[in-house]
Amino acid sequence: MEYERKFKIGKPILEVNNISLSFGGVKAITDTSFNVLEHEVRAIIGPNGAGKSSMLNCINGIYKPQQGTVSFRGQQITNITPNIMAQMGLSRTFQNLALFKRMSVLDNILVGRKLHTKTNFLEVALQLPKVKKEEKLNRDRSEEIISFLEIEDIKDTPVGKLPYGLQKKVELGRALATDSTIILLDEPMAGMNVEEKRDMCRFILKVNDELGTTMVLIEHDMGVVMDISDRVVVLDYGKVIGDGTPDEVRSNQKVIDAYLGVEH
Amino acid sequence: MKPVFMTYTKKDLINLAVCMVLSVLVIPTFIKTEYWYTSILIPWLCLALATIGQQVVMGYTGQLALGAAGFMAAGAFAMFNLILRVPDLGFVGSLIVSGLIAAAFGILFGLPSLKVRGIYLMVATLASQFFIIWMIDKFGWFKNYDSSGIITAQDIVILGKPFTTPLAMYFVCLAVTTVLTLLAMNMARGSTGRNWMAVRDMDIAAESMGVSLLRTKVQAFAISAFYCGVAGALFAFCYLKSLEPVAFDIKLSFKILFMCILGGLGTINGAFIGAAFILLFPVLLNAIGNNVFHGAIDATIISSIEQVIFGGLMIIFMIYEPLGMAKLWENLKQKFRSKLTSSNLKNLKSPLSKKS
Repeated sequence: MEYERKFKIGKPILEVNNISLSFGGVKAITDTSFNVLEHEVRAIIGPNGAGKSSMLNCINGIYKPQQGTVSFRGQQITNITPNIMAQMGLSRTFQNLALFKRMSVLDNILVGRKLHTKTNFLEVALQLPKVKKEEKLNRDRSEEIISFLEIEDIKDTPVGKLPYGLQKKVELGRALATDSTIILLDEPMAGMNVEEKRDMCRFILKVNDELGTTMVLIEHDMGVVMDISDRVVVLDYGKVIGDGTPDEVRSNQKVIDAYLGVEH
Repeated sequence: MKPVFMTYTKKDLINLAVCMVLSVLVIPTFIKTEYWYTSILIPWLCLALATIGQQVVMGYTGQLALGAAGFMAAGAFAMFNLILRVPDLGFVGSLIVSGLIAAAFGILFGLPSLKVRGIYLMVATLASQFFIIWMIDKFGWFKNYDSSGIITAQDIVILGKPFTTPLAMYFVCLAVTTVLTLLAMNMARGSTGRNWMAVRDMDIAAESMGVSLLRTKVQAFAISAFYCGVAGALFAFCYLKSLEPVAFDIKLSFKILFMCILGGLGTINGAFIGAAFILLFPVLLNAIGNNVFHGAIDATIISSIEQVIFGGLMIIFMIYEPLGMAKLWENLKQKFRSKLTSSNLKNLKSPLSKKS
């Protein structure tokens, strides 16, 4: 990939330092550290149960790790909640789809515009001019995202009625609507066919390329991961066993052992 | 469809115009019997307003709350005391402040929703029902130390004019309900409503998008209680014309819950349909009992039959049409429309087929 990037990969934007998380006696993550650089596509891979989703949940504030810290733009964040992280410019999608099922595609994406909505309920009830202006801006941005993702024809359908692949797209759209600087994608291509996967890769790369959005993604399809990511971190049993460019990771003996199994 | 005015589409405005013509011109010209105003139309408007309150918290925000009647009692007694002690506020001012006082209770009793959900929240919110009624009973100040237990509501005076006839009171209820319904629709369709529904459908995702659960839930409870409070004040002043805590017991809360579910969770027009059904159904049953069976069936049996049918309907709706009667109405219109268009197509086709 010898093309000129509009957004050059920069300094670390997100740093995970010595995170440990356990549920009762079960250790999900043990003393894990890695960083994410600005404008890069960073993949987290690992066998099932390696602690990948738990890692995202720690970064996003859904789980509270027993030890360790998360720093965003060099600033250590204490008392992480999903809400605070959203306000700092970190958005995400979920492994098992967490869409608003009874709302339309457009409304789902509009909820992503929440942080760009400053009017309060009284102003909304009275439909003051500034509410209309803000609503129009948010709708225009949402429509833009909808046409970018090529889902115009389903924008008024309740998302609960859509097939899985499209729901994944809508969830990406909702994360994009936040205009976040960093987006965490939890298995964005799980359960998709080859064509849908190719589309999804295209969208992810395009967003990264055009808007400079930093992408952190968990993915099982090795081909996809090696193709689209700048750097890969490999987790196994809650520990980092490899970290580097796709080529480095591919030739790492520990990673090969974890994936292919090793004789004990 | 694009909104034409505020959040209302052309269709909404036509519907609104039809409703207004019906309620302002047609009903007063054709219905002369007081019974219809005092026993059906006025309580219908009041209870529909309370049901909108229940919709906000339960239908839109997905918080299983049961205590609407408690907030209604708070609104009603606040109204009584405001008119009694702060006469300068006037009727409309007192009505708004009563709603705000009920909203304060709503915030207080909405706080458990941050920690508990589902059936447990329902039990927690029942506290509001019992606490508010107990408080009014316990402290004589709220009832102005009246020993009889039932206080007569003051006459409604707006801008120096008395509103004491059933028709006048109907108009007062109609005006308040219309304004508050339109505001509720604006909220439900705007960013406020989207936040409510996001919390209802998937709270973790909502929080990850920057929707504060604390703020959204407490806001929904406050708005819900405001609507219930205003409805309670109207219920006491226009329908009961008296104030007694017993009128706002748990049965009324359940009635509002039924109206909300049967009407259709998460719909504003469902509040009106549900309220109309629950109010009119017993009237219909009584009429059948009197006219078809000529009083052969005992009145107590009829009221038991009513409970049985309500219970059965609740189960049927929960299983087959969780979106309630509003959705049934929508489906019916859809069918009617498609039938119309298909018959139009036939008419269009016939001359062509003749030609060929």
